[in-house]
Amino acid sequence: MLNFTVKQLAAELAAKRLSSVEVTQYFLKRINVLGKALNAFISVDEERSLAAARGADQRIATGGTGPLTGIPLAHKDIFCAKGWLTTCGSKILSNFVAPYDAHVIERFGHAGAVIAGKTNMDEFAMGSSSETSFYGPVRNPWDVAAVPGGSSGGSAAAVAARLAPAATGTDTGGSIRQPAALSGVCGLKPTYGVVSRYGMIAFASSLDQAGPLAKTAEDLALLLNAMAGFDARDSTSLQREPEDYTRDLLKPLKGLRIGLPAEFFAEGVAPDVVKAVEQAIAELKRLGCVTVDVALPNMKLSVPVYYVLAPAEASSNLSRFDGVRYGYRAPEYSDLIDMYRKTRAQGFGAEVKRRILIGTYVLSHGYYDAYYIKAQKLRRLIAQDFVDAFSKCDVIVGPTSPTTAFNIGEKAGDPVQMYLSDIYTIAVNLAGLPGMSIPAGFGNKSRPVGLQLIGNYFGEAKMLNVAHQYQQATDWHMRMPPGIN
Amino acid sequence: MVLTLDDVKRIAHLARIEVEAHEAEQILVQLGGIFGLIEAMQAVNTDGVEPMSHAQDVMLRLREDAVTEGDQHLLFQSIAPQVEADLYLVPKVIE
Repeated sequence: MLNFTVKQLAAELAAKRLSSVEVTQYFLKRINVLGKALNAFISVDEERSLAAARGADQRIATGGTGPLTGIPLAHKDIFCAKGWLTTCGSKILSNFVAPYDAHVIERFGHAGAVIAGKTNMDEFAMGSSSETSFYGPVRNPWDVAAVPGGSSGGSAAAVAARLAPAATGTDTGGSIRQPAALSGVCGLKPTYGVVSRYGMIAFASSLDQAGPLAKTAEDLALLLNAMAGFDARDSTSLQREPEDYTRDLLKPLKGLRIGLPAEFFAEGVAPDVVKAVEQAIAELKRLGCVTVDVALPNMKLSVPVYYVLAPAEASSNLSRFDGVRYGYRAPEYSDLIDMYRKTRAQGFGAEVKRRILIGTYVLSHGYYDAYYIKAQKLRRLIAQDFVDAFSKCDVIVGPTSPTTAFNIGEKAGDPVQMYLSDIYTIAVNLAGLPGMSIPAGFGNKSRPVGLQLIGNYFGEAKMLNVAHQYQQATDWHMRMPPGIN
Repeated sequence: MVLTLDDVKRIAHLARIEVEAHEAEQILVQLGGIFGLIEAMQAVNTDGVEPMSHAQDVMLRLREDAVTEGDQHLLFQSIAPQVEADLYLVPKVIE
């Protein structure tokens, strides 16, 4: 069961060779033993999970089996789940029991999936290493001295260590793709607007998207099928014809055009990452793909643009955390303003405060045009580069991260160094395009390397096709960290 | 843009986050580094470029002006720091 995909587990459940209770117990036991060492989970509620598993078994017994019925899934602690502590990795929500379900949680509930637990993450999704959590850092199952990546590090570690067959995450600047790469699993960020953000604690509203993490591209497609779709409660949710994201998995890749941007292979990528990515591209060519050189000349601006826009939106979104209606309130204060100031000073960690301050500054009087509006204009140039590139290719490919996983504490002292690790993922969020990362081998110290695929708008099925065919010809995605058995 | 300690105190006040004097010094250094990164934006000419706030060219959806939500204040207030008579309690604002 350790290495079963969601698809395989669903087949076992449908054939009644396994029950949801058995499957859930199996993973809960692993969470209990390994979860603490990795610090991958913030909340686990065995009774609740098993009750849901019993419900799923009843559904299965009466013939109601779907692709996710009875499957335990780990959810990033950014999704409100009714009755579950939902902390967003922060002290300011360390006592917040969500009174409602996020759209994503609701969808999985309707599908009969089981909540295995809530995973650890960078505080308010602000980070690339899962080190800023109020609950302490998450460790990489491949090397516990290393970070799993962030901000969805708990979810990535959970899938890598086989604590759950699949998980959810969110991606604002790379927070699904980068931890997937560093932890040797698959992760996908959909086109902006495809998955509803209702009940997903907001960081940067024009960039945030929820997405799945799993061991295979096929599993990502199965989870995306449940997550995607219009939701009237999210004003940015797109109304489109429903899609089956598994529909193109089996298409041969012959003639498919892979775009290779020069900017993804310039200086700054570690040699061990380059080697693995080049081997992956060679494999794609063997499978019939044709490579095309493309250019993303404005990509180098994506980090500065993001670190204006995302903090600006965050400063607005996090202004709701004031100790009035929910969450942490400072124990002592002199008046209302003092209550706000102390609650937020005590409740937020250093990185969150930094970003709120940057955001407040770039939106403030006298600076709005030079920073915020300027960044929005550059955003259009960055997005236009991709439009031009996609006139010449079907899918863009390159490294997800410039390096493999770095050590815990290595970059925590210098925010700018940490920010630069998002260099290949951020532009995808700015443009609102879909992106994914799949395992493509190992680098130094046997740390995983991720291959990033970027699709055109609504091009998830095509990206998943490339990934699935690659995974039929290679087995990086089925490798397991040593010692997690 | 060179940041000063006064800037840090001003934005901390706008953001309603208490920042102690020694913290402000450290924040000033870190923010300085981040603003150094951001300055790269100024090198590119964006005359005539429209700001982009959304990936798709969409309009904000409108809906009927009808009540769709029910009263759940008991549920929502069950997790509040201080509640009395269905009201959230905060320090007095009006003198």
